[in-house]
Order: sequence, then structure tokens, then C-alpha cells
Amino acid sequence: MQYKMPFNYLINPGHSACAGCGEILAMRHVLQIAGRNTIIANATGCSEVTTSRFPMSSFKVPWIHANFENAQAVASGISAALRQKGMEDQVNVIAWGGDGATFDIGLGLISGSWERQENILYVCFDNEAYMNTGIQASGATPEGANTTTTPPGKKSTGDDNLKKDMPAIALAHHCVYVATATVGNIIDLQEKVKKALSMKGPKYLQILVTCVPGWYTDSKDTIKVARLAQQTGIYPIIEYVNGELTGAAKCPRPKPPIEEYLKLQGRYKHLFKSDEGKKVVAALQRIAEENVRKYGL
Amino acid sequence: MNKCIEGSHAVAETINLCRPKVIAAYPITPQTHIVEDLAKMKANGDGGYEFVRCESEFAAASIILGASASGVRVYSASSSQGLLLMTEVLFTIAGMRLPAVLTCANRAISAPINIWNDQQDAMTLRDSGWIMLFAEDNQEAVDLHIVAYKITEALRIPVMVNMDGFVLTHTFEPVDIPEQKEVDAFLPEYSPEQGQFLDINMPVSLGCFATPADYMNIREELAIDIEASKKFIKTQLGNYKKAFGRGGNALVEYYGAKNPDVIIVAMGSVVGTIKDAADELMEKKKNVGLAKIKCLRPFPKEELVKVLGKTKFAAVLDKSISLGQEGILATEVKAAAQNKLSAKIQSFVVGLGGRDITKDSIKEIFQHVQKRDSGLSFVE
Repeated sequence: MQYKMPFNYLINPGHSACAGCGEILAMRHVLQIAGRNTIIANATGCSEVTTSRFPMSSFKVPWIHANFENAQAVASGISAALRQKGMEDQVNVIAWGGDGATFDIGLGLISGSWERQENILYVCFDNEAYMNTGIQASGATPEGANTTTTPPGKKSTGDDNLKKDMPAIALAHHCVYVATATVGNIIDLQEKVKKALSMKGPKYLQILVTCVPGWYTDSKDTIKVARLAQQTGIYPIIEYVNGELTGAAKCPRPKPPIEEYLKLQGRYKHLFKSDEGKKVVAALQRIAEENVRKYGL
Repeated sequence: MNKCIEGSHAVAETINLCRPKVIAAYPITPQTHIVEDLAKMKANGDGGYEFVRCESEFAAASIILGASASGVRVYSASSSQGLLLMTEVLFTIAGMRLPAVLTCANRAISAPINIWNDQQDAMTLRDSGWIMLFAEDNQEAVDLHIVAYKITEALRIPVMVNMDGFVLTHTFEPVDIPEQKEVDAFLPEYSPEQGQFLDINMPVSLGCFATPADYMNIREELAIDIEASKKFIKTQLGNYKKAFGRGGNALVEYYGAKNPDVIIVAMGSVVGTIKDAADELMEKKKNVGLAKIKCLRPFPKEELVKVLGKTKFAAVLDKSISLGQEGILATEVKAAAQNKLSAKIQSFVVGLGGRDITKDSIKEIFQHVQKRDSGLSFVE
């Protein structure tokens, strides 16, 4: 079934993503840069559920969804088939999924593909929890966040684990390109997709995407919140080419305090109501300072 | 060409003759020799395929899924825990109607861990939507793989070819490996229609999610197509016999006395032992026969009912068990016989975890099934 759309996007409108969804915005821009000669392997999650309700699809490029944890391995198979067809250099192969698919359940399969040095761009839309199933904590959930499996209570201040350092894991696999971005800076995001796709080999791009229902934010604040993640230093925006740090987005001077970022999000609301919570806020501020020092933000 | 070679090597040579484009596999005993041989052929420049070495069976199944969705011929092989680890993806391959051929070198399932042969691995996957063929010997394993590609690419239903681990995979016996030009003539290059695979010139979305309004219809369609595939499988087995002079189109093969009182029903390599035992019993004027199930899915109910006919006793041998019920094949046979046959059908579980099945144990089963119905029996 095909409908004629009045837009030139490779992801058609008509999907069922929430108003203010950071993920669908990032998906659209990644795909616009990648262009028509692209095949997408999609992990299970909001990115798939909101775009592919049978018998319709939002995608104007070849697109496949198989399981939650295997987008990258499915992309490996696509890539191997393209090599056999002699089409490897004509087609961008992109695997993408959320942070649960990337940091947790799919990590082993991503590692296998990176070890094989396959020419695939993996894009992680990081909204820092399992949002499609109803806001459960993942390996990407930051300390202090309220999720349905890390609820704050008398004996809890929310998630008590540190966020997994996925870019470092990518670097340990000799990925030729490793970068982070946010939906708060679309131009930067577009440039990174362009650069990644110009290189041959395994590439990892992690994009912080605001989740309105999962972060308890206002849909008008999607861009603002993502920008503050970068500006406060809590989400370092960095770029590595062949293992060398080639770019880091500087924080403004003076740098906004972490509270400015946290207070826009209901998932951190509880931290401001107790002394224990305030200790977590201070810990998050220290993580931001450490990021500034480590990457020269 | 006739060669005395190992079963695994025979399968690897056959797969290469089928000209797959993408092979992905992860090592597990007793499947390893097959994929090692394929890796060696590739290394020597004799294999034209991509050999994707991966970090788990889950990845291997996912890689052939992606390659098949890209419109090329694919292959993988596994066993036991490996097959179970693939399970989620195997259901998806079938549900997405992607052609694929996979060899299962049948092996027991943990716990306790055990590397030897039984068929619990494949039997556990019987609801996955794969066509499941079982080889009696290495020649049949070779032949079934070639037919499997013919079936899977025409019907877009994946095919699993089962061969007993060690008993077949590691056994040297004479096997006739077809010539390349014979295989090419029987199995032309795979060229799916536009719109069936991922192609930048004809974008399609594969693997969309279905709501209650559509899911059931899609599953029903798959069920109907798998049931209907029997006819096509038989045609292709018949065509193979015409082209190569071996095999036959029966999904249930009968061997033994003309009007048997007892029929032993079995799958896989144990069939050879049963034939020998049946010969000896028949020499002693015992009225016995064997029904060999070549195809478990789709289950050849009608053929089986015809073969069992007026027999009084059917002993179903299973190298697997549905714990809390009985041998899995026994339940299948009983379901097929319901309201159609009057035979007493009894479940005998044999050979779990590589336990030897001897002619004597077959003869004991022959006696046992005629005497008493003790429900499920484990045969030592």
C-alpha cells in the first residue's frame, strides 16, 4: 500500500510517536542525511512500534525489523548479502534501536559485529530507559532517575547505578567512528551522520533523545532539555575518529548547574525532596564536572 | 561421485554445491565439522559464499535472517543448546516467510549437559513454523539438503534438515555426492521477486507489527501454507528421484511384512537398526513392519494412517520426551490415528543422551507392545 505524501521526508508523517518525541525527530534527521540508498535494520521498541503498524509503514527506504536484540546481526546479514551482490559501496547499512536494545540485550551481538569490523553504522537512540514497555531502568539509566523498576521510596532515591559508558565500549572494539549527539543540536547530529557514513568500517552514534512520557517533561521542552544535557556536561557530546578524540562540544561559561537540567524532568523530582536526594544531585554535578575535565568540555 | 566420507563432510560438500551466498554459524558439538569444512572450503577458494563467524547461535540465526531478507541463499547449522538459543529468531524467520536451510545435528539438551545424540533439540522446535525433515543415513542427509533449498525458496517457508549427531555426523560411510552441474540443473540460482526482499530500488518494510485485527490471520495463513506444503514437498522429492535416481516421494516410508501385526514408528538413524531387527524378526515369521517418518512438520497424518492401516499394535520410538506427557512423536501418531485407526499405540522413549539402541532393545519393544500397555516406557 502506498500513499502520496506532501513531504519529502524518508520517514513519512502519520506515525504514532508522541508529540514532542525526541526519538522520531532524530530518526528522521539521520535518515534524511543517509538518503534513499539506505537499508535500515530496526530493533524492537518505540522506533519500530510507532512506524510500522501492519499493513502500513512510515519508511520510504528498505526497512526490516526482526527481534529486540538482533538489529545489528540482521544488518550483518544484509551487509554480507550486499558484498555478494557487489553492492556494498552503493548502500548505507544502518542498524538502530533504543538504549535497551543497545546497552543491554543486544550488546553481545553488537560486539560480535564490531569485532568483524563490518561496514555498518549503529545508531542508538538513548532515552535512558525501556520506554516502550513503560519506563523500566536500563543500563543507560542515569543515577537517581525514577523509573518503574527503580522507583524512589523511603529506602531508595531512584536508580542507584551509574550509566554504562557505551562509547568507551565502542572504542574498545576499534570502531572507526564513535560519537554522541543530542536532538538539541540537529546540525551537529546531521554532520555526524554525514561523517560516519563517509567512513568504512564499524561506526557508533549515540543520540540522547528526550522522552516526554518517560522523563515526565513538557513536549515543548524536548529540544531545551536535550540542550541542557550537553550544556551542563552531564551528557558529554564527543567525537572519536579512529580512536582519537577529534571533537567535544564545549559547555557555556558559566556552565548551567545540573539542577537546571534536572528540574525540567519529573523523573528527578524526588531528588529535591530529601537530604538523600540532594546528595544524588551533588553526585550528578560531580559526574558533570568530571566529564568537563575528562573531555575538555 | 561415490566417496567414503564423514557425514558432516558430505553435508558440507553438498551445501557448497547448492551455492549459498551467506553462511553464518557458531560452533557447537556435534555440528562443528560441518561448519569447519565450509570454512576450510572458503579459505581454499572453493566456496563462493560469505562465511560470517559470529559470537552466538542467536547471532548466526539473525545473520541468515538479514541475508535471506536481502534476497540471497543462506545456510546455518547448529545443535542442542545452540538450536534452543536460536529459538526466538527461528520463529521470526518462519513468521516473516524467509527462505532458509539449517542443519540440526541432533543432540541432547541440558541438564545434565550431554553432547551425545537424541532429538530433544529439534522436537522442541516443532511449533516454530519450520518444515522439518529427518535423515536416516548420510546419503539421505545429502539428498534432503538439496531438496530443502528447492522447497524453501519456492514456498518461503524455512527448512530444517535433521541428522543424528555423531551417529551420522561423525560416521564414515559411502555417499554419492552429486556433480555440480547436476545440482545446478536441479537447483537454479535463487532469484526472489522484486518486493520480497530489501532493495533500494523497491523499498519494502519487512517485519511490521500486527494488532489483533491482523495477527491471527497472518498466523492462520502460515499454518495453512505449511499444511499445504506436503504436496509440494512430495513433488520435489519425486523430482529429485527422477533427476538423481535416489529417494522417493513418501513422507512416511514403510518397510517390512505385508500385513503386519506390529508397526514400529521412528525417525532418523535408528531406522537402520530397526530394519535389521525387523529382518531378523521376519526370519522367525514375526509379523512386523516399520514406518519411517521422513517429515515431522508438516506432519504426514494421512500417509501415516494409510501405512498403519489394519495393524494391531504401533510402537512409537522417541529420542525425546515432552516431560509430563510422553514421547513427542507418540502424541503426534495418536493424534493422527484418532477416530481413524483401532491400533493400540504406545510410547517408547529410547536413546536419550546417546544411550545405545540395539537390535535386542527393538525386539523387546516388539514383544512389549503386544503384551501390556504400561503407558510411557523408557527402554534401556
